[in-house]
Amino acid sequence: MPVNTDAVGRAYGPHEPYEVTRVKIREFADAVDAYSFAHRSEEAAQAEGFDDVVAPTTFAVVIAQQAEFHVVVDPEVGVDFSRVVHADERFTHHRPIVAGDLISATVHIDDIKQRAGISTVTTRTELSDQDGAPVATVMSTLAVREEA
Amino acid sequence: MTAENRPAFAGLEVGHVVAEREATFTRDTLVRYAGASGDFNPIHYSDAFAESVGLPGVIAHGMLTLGTAASVVEEWAGPGNVVDLQTRFARPIPVPAMGEAAVVYTARIGALDAEARTARIDVLVEFEGQKILAKAQAVVACA
Repeated sequence: MPVNTDAVGRAYGPHEPYEVTRVKIREFADAVDAYSFAHRSEEAAQAEGFDDVVAPTTFAVVIAQQAEFHVVVDPEVGVDFSRVVHADERFTHHRPIVAGDLISATVHIDDIKQRAGISTVTTRTELSDQDGAPVATVMSTLAVREEA
Repeated sequence: MTAENRPAFAGLEVGHVVAEREATFTRDTLVRYAGASGDFNPIHYSDAFAESVGLPGVIAHGMLTLGTAASVVEEWAGPGNVVDLQTRFARPIPVPAMGEAAVVYTARIGALDAEARTARIDVLVEFEGQKILAKAQAVVACA
């Protein structure tokens, strides 16, 4: 089934806020080999001017991909997740993410393109904190390979 | 943003390499990234599944490749100072069930903006001599 270009403009969320923890930041930093102690120790993070342990650059994907999943599973969008590959990604940080943040995510479908054999779905996930201030914008394009 | 840990803008030159790393991806690396990120697409751990959807076998998460690129840049830039990061995933990295994939990262200054005091870092990511990420660019806030 092809993707539905009429789904452009849809938005999902915000759902329950994501609570950023020190443990999760450390686990993510270990997984992407981000070596700084500021990802692991409150004292090291504060010495660099952060309120608490600071997240690596791409940590926002943990929150954004949860939000993007609402798009993937929406039957009216028509994405076959087993045929998805990641095409593009962009993070724009309005401020660093730190432990203790409560992050809300709203995902928007900005673009859907259908080409021969492959469709692309571009989402924009806006992350904001408990005060409603913007934290990061995550743009992601998934390519869906149609069945031969 | 904090200014305490930013790299100095003065003295930066376009073309200079600011950081390099050879990263080693194994199935263990992929499983750890899956758990840490919540991306449990089976193309990143099951050969049978990957082959059933037309891939040669298990491939690394694109976001593991990009996340590691960010870590390489951060090693120079300091945590929290990459304000923008983008890429196109050009080629997958196949990761064998046994053994490893060696991925070479080179981070270079691509452009400087004196007014904004930012440096654009272009990250070359190579596996077996082929470019894995296209236009992998990080914008770093400098002091």
